[in-house]
Amino acid sequence: MASVNRRVLPGFSLSLGYTVFYLTVLVLVPIVACISKASTLTLDQFWAAVWTERTRAAYLLTFGTSLAAAAANVLLGLLVAWVLVRYRFPGRRLMDSLIDLPLALPTAVGGLVYASLYVKKGWLGQYLVPLGIQAAYSRLAIVLVLVFIGLPFVVRTVQPVLEDLDPEAEEAAASLGASRWQAFRRVILPPLYPALLTGFALAFARSLGEYGSVVFVSGNMPYKTEIAPVLIVARLQEYAYGEATAIAVVLLAVSFAMLVLINLLERWSKGDSAHA
Amino acid sequence: MRTHFLSKAIAAVLAAATVTVTVTAHAASVELLNVSYDPTRELWRELNASFIAQFQKDKGGVTVSVKQSHGGSSSQARAVIDGLEADVVTLASYIDTDAIAQRGLITGDWAKRLPGNSLPYTSTIVFVVRKGNPKGIKDWPDLVKPGVEIITPNPKTSGNGYLTFFSAWGSVVLRGGTKAQAVDYVTKLYKQVPVLDSGARGSTVTFVQRGIGDVHLAWENEARLEVEEAKGDLDVVYPPISIRAEPHVAVVDANVDRKKTRAVAEAYLKYLYTDAGQEIIAKHHYRPANEAVLKRNAGQFPALRLFSIKEIALDFPDAHKKFIAEGGVFDTIYKPRNR
Repeated sequence: MASVNRRVLPGFSLSLGYTVFYLTVLVLVPIVACISKASTLTLDQFWAAVWTERTRAAYLLTFGTSLAAAAANVLLGLLVAWVLVRYRFPGRRLMDSLIDLPLALPTAVGGLVYASLYVKKGWLGQYLVPLGIQAAYSRLAIVLVLVFIGLPFVVRTVQPVLEDLDPEAEEAAASLGASRWQAFRRVILPPLYPALLTGFALAFARSLGEYGSVVFVSGNMPYKTEIAPVLIVARLQEYAYGEATAIAVVLLAVSFAMLVLINLLERWSKGDSAHA
Repeated sequence: MRTHFLSKAIAAVLAAATVTVTVTAHAASVELLNVSYDPTRELWRELNASFIAQFQKDKGGVTVSVKQSHGGSSSQARAVIDGLEADVVTLASYIDTDAIAQRGLITGDWAKRLPGNSLPYTSTIVFVVRKGNPKGIKDWPDLVKPGVEIITPNPKTSGNGYLTFFSAWGSVVLRGGTKAQAVDYVTKLYKQVPVLDSGARGSTVTFVQRGIGDVHLAWENEARLEVEEAKGDLDVVYPPISIRAEPHVAVVDANVDRKKTRAVAEAYLKYLYTDAGQEIIAKHHYRPANEAVLKRNAGQFPALRLFSIKEIALDFPDAHKKFIAEGGVFDTIYKPRNR
């Protein structure tokens, strides 16, 4: 047992075995099934299914709204996390537990509620629609509901890092003559980059796959507010399993590529903040 | 080692599953699973209770129970194809039942097995308008008058959706219009639909709860319920012509033979054609196949020309392919031209 791999806790091979097993069953097998179903199509059929004017519009919309929502969540999430960590006020605990609510709520409920609020006769819509702000059945509606769904991811990733951040560092910065903005940008923000990126990636990935809430607020107008998952459902309606999975494979591939990119960025920013 | 463990685990799960199945088969009780579409919940609840009482009176000693499963018609069909053990399917459209038959789960000329082409009831698409019909909507051409907002679900994802499309198409070509006029009409019609909900219930919510739109094109039975519940805020309008919707019923041969439930499943579907069954069907606003029962309830089923899908296409799958599926007429409507 004089192995170099000697660890404090036993059972490495067992736990690795379980990890590989679970990952295979839960993640890999469905993805492989998806790809193998799509590969029943010829290359021409695949291309015809995934690359039309309409699917391109849907991809753009799906990725665009997801990016916008994730970006909004980074700003909003940082603010919320900051308030929750740095200030003590009545109702803070309650507010803290409210953050996780979007995770627990069936997303269809979120979608239905948002749509009711922002239609012409809704609580908020009655003021917004006369101003020309269509926040139901529009692209804005999709972004709004995705912000709602993605918020906990940024808050929950940033919060622990902020808690570990020593306020004395800011005081030191201030006493050394840094302005508030400088202290924020050069002292507080850099250690938060990796957490912000992780939160961004999680919120973004979550938004890409979101269907339940978006179908209720988007209006599903082809070329305008039709997200890619709706196209998948439409193809399933025709029992065109191959074509439906082909669109899914494209979404999978692009999402995977973007997540890898974000991971790289994250690693780079960690290295950056370590020697900064 | 791990594969060995895996195969053992799978074997154990399978064994457990087999035990459950054998136990239910040995007790003198039969459980049927009826896989149906969304708005039929209340209909089947009442039909099931009535059938069970009748069956147990006739064949004492066998206890029957019927489970219902509801959802979008085509996702229900896909579930059956993928292994949901339905004894009978009572889906919204021939397209969905036929898809199951195409995969060999229902065999032979299944539609011929039960009376009236296996249609214990039919239905159609009608209009629901706001109280007093302020926009004066009486017929299909009224829908495309300027300023009329129409609510109907997405033909791509909903049975109600494509039936609306077929009705609209038929209303032109079966009254002397040309194909070009029909294309023009449906294009105008869908331009006046502000929201394409994914399913029938979604459209009802948009129209009733959110107050969007002047007219809702819905299943007749849904329209009637909607108006009853609105207590005077909404009215039903029957256009002079609309599609005859054909929700077929069928026994899923592969499943009933494996589960040994064929006799009960067949008795269940036959029960739908009895006077008692037909009366329940009429009560829930589906048009009963039995002429006498239909006549008895004539008050709630105004006469209109219900055209057959065969008048505008070969059959439902052909119509779906021509009008709705990828590359069909519906796809051309939204193509951006001058944006």
